[in-house]
Amino acid sequence: MSKSKKILAVASGGGHFIQLLRLRPAFEGHQTCFVTTINGYQETLGGARCFVVRDASRWDKIGLVIMLLQLTAVFIRVRPDVVITTGAAPGVFAVRLAKLFCARTLWLDSIANAEEISLSGELAGPHADLWLTQWPELERAGGPVFKGRVL
Amino acid sequence: MIFVTVGTQLTFDRLIQSVDEWAATTDEEVVAQIGPSELKPVHSKWQQFLTPDEFTVYMKQARVIVAHAGMGSILTALQLQKPIVILPRQAALNEHRNDHQIATAGRFREIQGIHVAMNETELLGILQNLNTLSASDGVGPYASGELISTIRNFIEDEFI
Repeated sequence: MSKSKKILAVASGGGHFIQLLRLRPAFEGHQTCFVTTINGYQETLGGARCFVVRDASRWDKIGLVIMLLQLTAVFIRVRPDVVITTGAAPGVFAVRLAKLFCARTLWLDSIANAEEISLSGELAGPHADLWLTQWPELERAGGPVFKGRVL
Repeated sequence: MIFVTVGTQLTFDRLIQSVDEWAATTDEEVVAQIGPSELKPVHSKWQQFLTPDEFTVYMKQARVIVAHAGMGSILTALQLQKPIVILPRQAALNEHRNDHQIATAGRFREIQGIHVAMNETELLGILQNLNTLSASDGVGPYASGELISTIRNFIEDEFI
């Protein structure tokens, strides 16, 4: 039996977060904190902690800086061992921040990206310890691997 | 009741407008989540955003879901065994950054309970046959066993 880990599970609100919730059986036996961009998921998380950070796209530089600062504060409080993310922007920052905090990282590209890896996936994936796609045809050497779907 | 949703981020007026025009021709109640739009639908009850809880309540109450080709809407409809009609967003119409929703619609159109409209005319055609739409026969709440065990092994540091 391996030691209980601190997991930080990160996803933007909406479809990304709904995909993250479908991974929950993998988190059993560990301490999981969630990070998302919209309020109101708390009730569905069965008592797990949920931090809400600002959402931002790549055109909203100020928003991105605020998101980064908020995420940094979450990392300082949680000190995760493992970061699991299904994207999008907060996941990119979480994967990069995790390096500073010596946490291992897993990027699961959204099932919505059937024909090409998402832009956020291309940014974060190469820095993740495990980079997964949900479409076998998108596997490539040095890139993401396919290990099943959220469905 | 028919629940129309455009997701948490972007407007999708082409969808909202088409369904609102159809709503004028039927007794069916239409509830629309329209995003950060200027539109004021006339024949639908509408709101810009919904909390996750409100979203789930409307999804459960609706007999058919009409949505953009977003995974939140699709996964929730499949899980709740509701027929879902999807109209993919098009980058050429500034409805999204790229055409991944068209790819999504293409990949998911074979799945039972998912009904794809590639344009407003097809959407109207599907809405006119609302009572014949099939629902998914059920999708579990969690990811595939392979994905769950891959992630569990990764967390427990047993991934090779």
